[in-house]
Amino acid sequence: MTNPAPILELRGVNKSFGAVHVLRGVDFNAYPGQVSALVGDNGAGKSTLIKGVAGIHSFDSGEYLFEGSPANVHAPRQANALGIEVVYQDLALCDNLDVVHNMFLGREEKQGVILDEITMERRAKETLAGLSVRTLKSVRQQVSSLSGGQRQTVAIARAVLWNSKLVILDEPTAALGVAQTEQVLKLVRRLADNGLAVILISHNMNDVFEVADNIACLYLGMMAAQVHTKDVTHGQVVELITSGRSGDIGLQPEILANGAVA
Amino acid sequence: MSATQVTDVDIPEAGDTGGLGKALRDYFIRVKGGEVGSLPAVAGLIVLIALFSILQGGTFFTALNFANLINQGTAVIVLAMGLVFVLLLGEIDLSAGFAAGTAAAVLAVGLTKYGLPWPLALIACLLTGLVIGLIIGLLVARLGIPSFVVTLAAFLGLQGVMLLIIGEGGTIGIQNDFLLAIMNRNMPVWTGWLLWLLVILGYAFVTFRAIRARKAAGLSGSSASVWAAKVVSLAILLGVGVYLLNGERQIVRAGKQSCVIMGPPNEPVGCIPILQGVPWAVLVVLLLLVGLTFLLSRTSFGRHVYAVGGNTEAARRAGIKVSSIKITCFMICSTLAAVAGVLLASRDNSVSPTTGGAQTLLFAVGAAVIGGTSLFGGRGRVVDAIVGGLVVAVIANGLPLITSQSGIQYVVTGGVLLVAASVDALSRRRSSASGR
Ligand SMILES: Nc1ncnc2c1ncn2[C@@H]1O[C@H](COP(=O)(O)OP(=O)(O)O)[C@@H](O)[C@H]1O
Ligand SMILES: [Mg+2]
Repeated sequence: MTNPAPILELRGVNKSFGAVHVLRGVDFNAYPGQVSALVGDNGAGKSTLIKGVAGIHSFDSGEYLFEGSPANVHAPRQANALGIEVVYQDLALCDNLDVVHNMFLGREEKQGVILDEITMERRAKETLAGLSVRTLKSVRQQVSSLSGGQRQTVAIARAVLWNSKLVILDEPTAALGVAQTEQVLKLVRRLADNGLAVILISHNMNDVFEVADNIACLYLGMMAAQVHTKDVTHGQVVELITSGRSGDIGLQPEILANGAVA
Repeated sequence: MSATQVTDVDIPEAGDTGGLGKALRDYFIRVKGGEVGSLPAVAGLIVLIALFSILQGGTFFTALNFANLINQGTAVIVLAMGLVFVLLLGEIDLSAGFAAGTAAAVLAVGLTKYGLPWPLALIACLLTGLVIGLIIGLLVARLGIPSFVVTLAAFLGLQGVMLLIIGEGGTIGIQNDFLLAIMNRNMPVWTGWLLWLLVILGYAFVTFRAIRARKAAGLSGSSASVWAAKVVSLAILLGVGVYLLNGERQIVRAGKQSCVIMGPPNEPVGCIPILQGVPWAVLVVLLLLVGLTFLLSRTSFGRHVYAVGGNTEAARRAGIKVSSIKITCFMICSTLAAVAGVLLASRDNSVSPTTGGAQTLLFAVGAAVIGGTSLFGGRGRVVDAIVGGLVVAVIANGLPLITSQSGIQYVVTGGVLLVAASVDALSRRRSSASGR
C-alpha cells in the first residue's frame, strides 16, 4: 500500500526544555484520509510533539512541512489558520453553555454585533450530521447534561467545524466506558473517511489497532518507527514502545545504546 | 428560506417543539436537572407577598406600599444588576456599595461646590464608577489578586475617599430638579399605560420575529401557544403593577398627620397632593434591563462572559481575551454602582457618608443570588437582579409592618440569602450529577 502525499511532514525535529532533550531528531508524517496513531510510554514526548505541531511551543530545529511547503507555526492561531485543530484530553468545554455555543466559542457568527444563532445552529447541525452523530438529543442542550462520550463528540465536532485539514486527538477515549469508546472511535474513523488527516494519541492498543492506518512509536523522544498497522502485531508495537526495537524494525542498537545514556 | 417556506407560526412543522404542555414538561425536566433559574425567587416572592398581605391585613398590598417598595428597591436592584456581571465570572465586588456612595459624592460636590451643570456632574459621577471598576479589574485580572481581597480593600478605601470628598460629617443636599425627579416623581397615568403597551408590543414583536426566523431556517422554535402564553402572562403581570401604581396614593410621613382628602362639603381639607403614576425610576430600571440583557445574551461579549465564568481555561484556549472580559465586567459593575449612587442621592435628596453604606451592598449581593445568579460563576441573568431585589425589598418593607423588632429583619434577610445560596449550591451539584 502506498501512502498519499503527507499533509504534515516533520523531519528531524528537536526540542529541549533546559537541559532535558525531549525530542531527538523526530520524523513524523500525517496523511489525509488516514488515522495516524501516536504511541509511546509516559514521558516519551508525545504531548511535546503535538504541542509543537499545534504551535503551543516551537521546535528548536528540524523541518515542519504542511501540504508540502515549509510552515511557520509558532502560535496556536497560526496552526488554526493552516487548518490544524487539537482536541485536548480535558476537552475544554464550558458546562454552562449549550452545544452550539461551545462549538462556536471564540469564533461566533455575527450579524453586525448581534450573534447569529440561526446560522450557528444550522452549521452545528450540519457538521454533526456530516459526522453521522445521532447521539445528541438537541444541540441546544447544556454541555453539563451530556455524557462523557457526547462531550468528546462535541469537542471533535468543534474541531472539524472550521474546514480543518488535520485534527489531533489527545487520548480521546481515556475516560470513557466500553460503549462510549466504541462510539468515539467510530467518529474518529469517520473523520478520516471524510478526508481529514487525524493524529490519535492513545495508550490503548485495541483502540489503535481498531482505527489507525499507521502507527508512530516514540521511544525516549526518538521515533522508533512509523509503520502501517497491517504490517505489525500488537506484540511488536508493545515491544517498540517498551524497548524502541522489535525484530528488524525500530531504532538501531547503537543508537539505542547512546539514547539510553544521554 | 424562500418566501414559500415562511409559514404561519400556528402550523406545526417537523421541527415544531410542541405546545404548552410540552413546553411545561421540558421546563420541569430542566428544573429537575438543576437549571432552576429564578423559579425559587419568583415562588418566594409570591409566598412572601401572600404572607404579608394576610398577616398585615390590608396595608401591605396597597398602591402606596407598592410605590414604597419600588422606592426602596430600585437602587439595590441596579447595584445587583452590576454585580450579576461580576458574579457571572465567579468573582465578587464587595466595594460596589461604596463605589455608589463615592460616585454620588462626586455628583453632589460637582453640583454644589463646583456649580457644574447637572449633565456634567452626572458624567463625572459615572466616570468615577468607570475608573473604580477599571482599577479593580486591572488588579484582579492583570495582577491576579483575588477579587475578594481587592474589593475588600476598595470597600475600606472608598469609604475614606467618600469622607474626603464630602468633608467630615457633612451632608450635601441635592437641589437639581431633574435628578430629584428620578426617584421622587411619577409618570402621568397615561404615560404608564403607554409604556406598558410599548413593553408588551416590543416583547411580543421581538420574540415573534425570532420564532419566525427560526422556522424559516427550518429550525425548531417554541410554538405559537407558548409564545402567546408568555406574552399574555407578561401583560397581566406588568398590567397589575401599572394599575397599582396608577392608583391614588398619599405619602404619610412620620410626624405628619394622615390626611383626609375630602371634607363633608366636598372640599379638600389640608391635604397633601394626590400621588399617582409609575415612578420614573421604573423607566431607568427598564432601560437598564433591556440594554444589559441584550449585551449578555445577544453579543459575543456576553457569550464570552458566560464562557469565562463557566470554564476560564476553555475560554482562554478558544482565543477569548480573558483579562479584558474580566476588566470590562468590573467596569460595568462599578459604573452601574454609580447609577445606583445617583438613585440613592435622588431618593434621599442628599448625599452623606452613609450613602451606599450599611447593608446596601449585602442586600444587592443577596438580590442577585436570591434571583438565581450563581456564586460559582457562569449562571445568571440581569432579570435575576430585579426578581431578587423585589424579594429583598418585600422583606424589608413587609416585616416592619408586622413586627417592630428590626433585628428580625436582618435575621430573616440573612436566612433568605442562605436559602438562596443553598439552592444555588444544590442545583450546581445536581446539574453536574445529571451529566456523565
Ligand atoms: N514544559 C516542560 N518543561 C520541562 N520539561 C518538560 C515540559 N514538558 C514536557 N517535559 C518533559 O518532556 C518529557 C516528555 O513529556 P511529554 O511530551 O508530556 O510525554 P508524553 O506525553 O509522551 O507522556 C518528559 O520527561 C517531561 O518531563
Ligand atoms: Mg502526554
